[in-house]
Amino acid sequence: MPRRDDVHKILILGSGPIVIGQAAEFDYSGTQACKALREEGYEVVLVNSNPATIMTDPETADRTYVEPVTAEVATRVIEAERPDALLPTMGGQTGLNVAMELHEKGVLEKYGVTILGADPDVIKKAENRLDFREAMVKIGLDLPRSAVVNTFAEARDVRDDIGLPCVIRPSFTLGGTGGGIAWNVDEFDDICRRGLDLSPVSEILIEESIYGWKEFELEVMRDVADNVVIICGIENIDPMGVHTGDSITVAPIQTLTDREYQLMRDSAIKVIREIGVETGGSNIQFAVDPATGRQVVIEMNPRVSRSSALASKATGFAIAKIAAKLAVGYTLDELSNDITQKTKACFEPTIDYVVTKVPRFNFEKFPEAKAVLTTQMKSVGEGMAIGRTFRESLQKALRSLETGRFGFGCDAKEAQSELYEKEELRRRLQTPGPNRIFRIREALKSGWTVESLQSHTQIDPWFLTQMKLLVDREEDLRAHKTLTDVSDDLLRRAKQDGYSDHQIGTIFGLPEAEVRAQRRARDIEPAYKLVDTCAGEFEAATPYYYSTYDEEDELRPAAKDRIVILGGGPNRIGQGIEFDYCCVQASFALRDAGYETVMVNSNPETVSTDYDTSDVLFFEPLTAEHVLDIIERTDAKGVIVQYGGQTPLNLARQLEEGGAPIIGTSPESIDLADDRQRFKDLVDEYDLRQTENGTATSYDEAVAIARKVGYPVLVRPSYVLGGRAMEIVYDDETLKRYIEEAVDASPEKPILVDRFLEGAIEVDVDAVADGQKAIISGIMEHIEEAGVHSGDSTCTLPHYSLGDRAIAEIRESTMKLARALDVRGLMNVQYAVKDDVVYLIEVNPRASRTVPFVSKATGVQWARVAARVMAGEKLADLDVPESIDLPFFSVKEPVFPFNRFPGTDIVLGPEMRSTGEVMGIDRDLGLAFAKAKLGAFLSLPREGAIFISVKDADKRGIIHVARRLAALGYDIVSTAGTHRLLTRSGVPAEMIYKIADGRRPNVLDIVKNRKVNMIINTPSGRGARTDEGQIRGVAAMLAIPCITTMSGADALAHALESYRSDALGVKPLQDYHAELRADAALA
Amino acid sequence: MSNERPALLVLADGTTFHGRAFGADTERAGEVVFNTAMTGYQEIATDPSYAGQIVCMTYPHIGNYGVNDEDDEARRPWIEGMVVRDLSESASNFRSTQELDGWFKDHGLVGIEGIDTRKLTRRIRIDGAVNGVLSSVDLDPASLRAKAEALPSMQGQDLVKRVTCNESYEWREGWPAPWMKRDGNGERAARRIVALDFGVKRNILRSLVAHGLEPTVVPADTPAEDILAQEPEGVFLSNGPGDPAAVTYAVDTIRGLLGKVPIFGICLGHQLLALAGGATTSKLKFGHRGANHPIRDHATGKIEITSQNHGFVVDEESLGGTAFQPTHTNLNDMTNAGIASEEHKAFGVQYHPEAAPGPHDAAHLFERFRGMIEGGSATVTP
Repeated sequence: MPRRDDVHKILILGSGPIVIGQAAEFDYSGTQACKALREEGYEVVLVNSNPATIMTDPETADRTYVEPVTAEVATRVIEAERPDALLPTMGGQTGLNVAMELHEKGVLEKYGVTILGADPDVIKKAENRLDFREAMVKIGLDLPRSAVVNTFAEARDVRDDIGLPCVIRPSFTLGGTGGGIAWNVDEFDDICRRGLDLSPVSEILIEESIYGWKEFELEVMRDVADNVVIICGIENIDPMGVHTGDSITVAPIQTLTDREYQLMRDSAIKVIREIGVETGGSNIQFAVDPATGRQVVIEMNPRVSRSSALASKATGFAIAKIAAKLAVGYTLDELSNDITQKTKACFEPTIDYVVTKVPRFNFEKFPEAKAVLTTQMKSVGEGMAIGRTFRESLQKALRSLETGRFGFGCDAKEAQSELYEKEELRRRLQTPGPNRIFRIREALKSGWTVESLQSHTQIDPWFLTQMKLLVDREEDLRAHKTLTDVSDDLLRRAKQDGYSDHQIGTIFGLPEAEVRAQRRARDIEPAYKLVDTCAGEFEAATPYYYSTYDEEDELRPAAKDRIVILGGGPNRIGQGIEFDYCCVQASFALRDAGYETVMVNSNPETVSTDYDTSDVLFFEPLTAEHVLDIIERTDAKGVIVQYGGQTPLNLARQLEEGGAPIIGTSPESIDLADDRQRFKDLVDEYDLRQTENGTATSYDEAVAIARKVGYPVLVRPSYVLGGRAMEIVYDDETLKRYIEEAVDASPEKPILVDRFLEGAIEVDVDAVADGQKAIISGIMEHIEEAGVHSGDSTCTLPHYSLGDRAIAEIRESTMKLARALDVRGLMNVQYAVKDDVVYLIEVNPRASRTVPFVSKATGVQWARVAARVMAGEKLADLDVPESIDLPFFSVKEPVFPFNRFPGTDIVLGPEMRSTGEVMGIDRDLGLAFAKAKLGAFLSLPREGAIFISVKDADKRGIIHVARRLAALGYDIVSTAGTHRLLTRSGVPAEMIYKIADGRRPNVLDIVKNRKVNMIINTPSGRGARTDEGQIRGVAAMLAIPCITTMSGADALAHALESYRSDALGVKPLQDYHAELRADAALA
Repeated sequence: MSNERPALLVLADGTTFHGRAFGADTERAGEVVFNTAMTGYQEIATDPSYAGQIVCMTYPHIGNYGVNDEDDEARRPWIEGMVVRDLSESASNFRSTQELDGWFKDHGLVGIEGIDTRKLTRRIRIDGAVNGVLSSVDLDPASLRAKAEALPSMQGQDLVKRVTCNESYEWREGWPAPWMKRDGNGERAARRIVALDFGVKRNILRSLVAHGLEPTVVPADTPAEDILAQEPEGVFLSNGPGDPAAVTYAVDTIRGLLGKVPIFGICLGHQLLALAGGATTSKLKFGHRGANHPIRDHATGKIEITSQNHGFVVDEESLGGTAFQPTHTNLNDMTNAGIASEEHKAFGVQYHPEAAPGPHDAAHLFERFRGMIEGGSATVTP
């Protein structure tokens, strides 16, 4: 069937900011969809608020609206663009929910917009628990016993029929937010209440517990001619009870016979047909009772998903791209398989390797929350690895995580880890947590049998046996005194089992480089094999490789000079999609400049690991060993370590020692910027200003410095990204506690102690330099005061309150730093401005988190410019504007995962905790603020109540804000102290009891009852158990906007003023950029 | 590691793979082929169509779920040997009764593990199917190469006589377990058919029974008149090993049946049907063996993902002038995958609707056979 000609313009909804459960995978899918549809000649209109994506690059879609992904905004875009069709399945649950809302509000019908892929009835049938269940019963598929209820009383009624333990899942929430397993009646009550609250339709599913059953997923595709294929089967190592996003998962399925697999395949096909997904991909989850083989259907996602991105990377079959083409009418047999080019997309990939995905957690950033895995997803990213055996791929995946692990144990980190005593170990095996895999190793090492491990963990014995084989291999190695005593055969087999040089070095007490040298002297080298969708049956055209220790190498010779770009590894807080954006831009720029680009990365969610992005892709862990092998074997002329965030930077030294040709700013300069003493010397030499500071390696030293510079001080370990373990400390005692914890967080690294400037304005500056010249790409003013991590701050571009003198000094200092550090490429400088005095906070001569935001705000692809500079070109030859006057404001607003970590205090601090960001653009600063808030899914009520409670220091400042809010017609509610202040100042306010007053209703009651629409609370005390901590916690769980800084409150007032008076206008990035170009031409 | 035994796989071109033996200590020779299915090693090992062949499994972990009592496709394994990247020492599955290594030992079968199976696969893909010797007793590559070189080509070999039954028998068993049941066909009048056994897989017989067809399985050399004397309502031509052109007696038999009784052939049976109809067959470079092959049904345009296992193929252009039309095409290489003759009430497919291992997409062809027996079309499933 040819493609549809009745459709010309297609609207795609993105997934918005990166949040837990909805991450970079939707940038990957969305970008593919845009490309696929434009390739077919369709005009693509995109709505996505996330500036850090490749998807929102002005070149990806025809009309790119960096606006909130909400029904309100999408309606405006539809009014403006009049698309013929909407593709709702590319933007995760967010995109799908907005599409449903547009349908329900009649917007689609009104403007004649057709839904492609799956119509609203289909989406509803797949997503609504009851409808889905009915459909499954109709086609004769087995399900767990269950009931759907809408009230708490109904939930109580069905409890005994279903029995405990049971699983509770709210309808229509992201990544299972609010769900859980109830083991007792109290938990049952709690989870049911929370689930009903969080479900937008107040509906929960209560279900027979199949906790401990084996969990599987199938990725299914269907075309308009009803051809159905299975792209990939995935088996979860962690059994049912752990969200699949938090499970270690493996492709293909390992422990089903063909008969059982085919039964599951038949069921999946029946499901997609019955639900009626007309075209595109779906993810269907199954559980299998290990004792009897009974298979039950769990759920279906009628859209591309995290799993489909994983399946695409695992098999080489580009699900989102093909889904987009199917949506416009092609059939599977009309599309070719990209990888073989000779065969069709209508087939089922078969693979000859094993893929393991391991989730990446950030529990250390939420110490108040329990580090326990449940049916609600908590991981912030994932690493994937490919090996010829499960053992190899598991070890590679574990060292992809960058948690200091180099595989399944035998590493420096293990040597430092405490061993658990028997009972504690048992408990940690029974309760899934982020490091359970290492507890399994600990148990195996201390003689536990596979049977006993299975009964504690419910993990399939096949996987446990494979883990035991790894421990056995270690014992084989340890049976030798020295590495030289180990036979070539044993060493090769250890490498085949995925043992890294680092691990082997740990076993024999040798440095990694020494193991590498010995191994290579014995001619034990990795071979690179192709991911080809067909297990070698056809020749692959696409250069997508992984390493293994087999005989035959399939790496093809270079056609041109190669440049290797090192990616950022798994997403985690502090290192997100922004760095992937930069790596992809570098690849595009260098390809344009005539190089063959080589990407190395281990994150399956990303655009960088799309085999279409670079000329050669290595899906490999970012460790010195793997990267050095690649650099050598690809005969790279250059290596870029500055674009992938801290990950590749941490390798720079080792790579350089290994002879890697690092291009751009020298690792020496990067080190210098991180080395306090040397940097201080440089600051003095160039006459720059820093706050007083010092470097301490012990508590005594730290206290001495703190007393010298004066409290409060900002303390942090060196060499970290994302403000890990950064804190503002007010006294000796807290400093002592901090040192104990921080040293633990970052061993062998000194602690930096800085005087902390209270109330200063923080400024982020991005620049690019070529050794001769530097250009400032953006000066961003933070809303939150210095002390809040820059990644967690809202910021505006251009700045809006800084004086000309401060700006001039900032410019000058930045230029000096570019020269001083001989920057060739990107750099980011952070300043604090207090009383018009500019203090240098830090400089990072590498890609920063703000690069994509600045690029979108200024219409220049800075990461591309810098990549070409790194390859040797000059700024003067690259047609880059020296300075850009911005006639509109861009606001970057962070998005936080607090609702996933109950019990966490949401107060902002120097430790970064946001997972993603959104961008709001408007001529009016207030509207730009408002759009950023809406983009972050914070509802901005046009009327209602605002609860205000501020610390004493903020009391004076709040009067003005409260007055403005009251003038807008909001009801101000506050507790006694603030209330007295406001009413005395003539601001009408209503009083409410504090929790401590012991009288009801108190403030917590009205927050819980959603009688409050917004909260302004600047904390006087931190901690989830304080009164205000409880209020903030509840607000986070109920998604009630909660502002915790005065500057934020001021910005909010500004946003509400504009938002209430003006209609929210929308405008695509392409128009903003055209405006900039026109202005530049006039100038 | 202590009880590991070395094994060698040597191809006729001298390529040598050093690995470790599993199963029995012995030496076997045959055509080396690869199968890309990720599951189903037990079914593959026992499929008589693999007689004379050493099978390399492209999926690296083999043996994960052990072997069980229900998944044998014949009374014994028929492969000459198996080549795997990583043999699983443990078996995990609720049906598993034994580990693969022990099962190989019990059946005197030899396997080699720990070699670069992708290298072997690519060699076969690039240079074509090749003979080889797999041994855990003779570890001299030169000696094994000489033995491999001395092996006859698969072309011209009648392997059917090795695998067919000695005497006829009735088959009445359906699915071995209730959960395996597919396609609700309900209770229907039984149709008596004859199944010519060229190496028939049990799942074919089960599938026939599931569609209300009661087969009498007869040896491959049963003449047409003996078959017709049984007055069957249909004749089924089974899968089997080797070169169809060498099984001249079966071609004669089928020629004697054509037009007299509805006929359905699978794989070798399909090739023999084509030969009987006057078409020709030839050897593919390295064959189709796997569970992911897309087939287009010309009548409906629909695509089925199918299980395949064949080294020979019907030359589509040779169908011109015969009573047969091409009905199915393999979308990977556009070779013929099905033929039919409405005139003779006969059809055949190159692939395996009985699956085992593989997808069930084509299972409806058994219904098409039944429909044809009841007067329906040879190209449309009722």
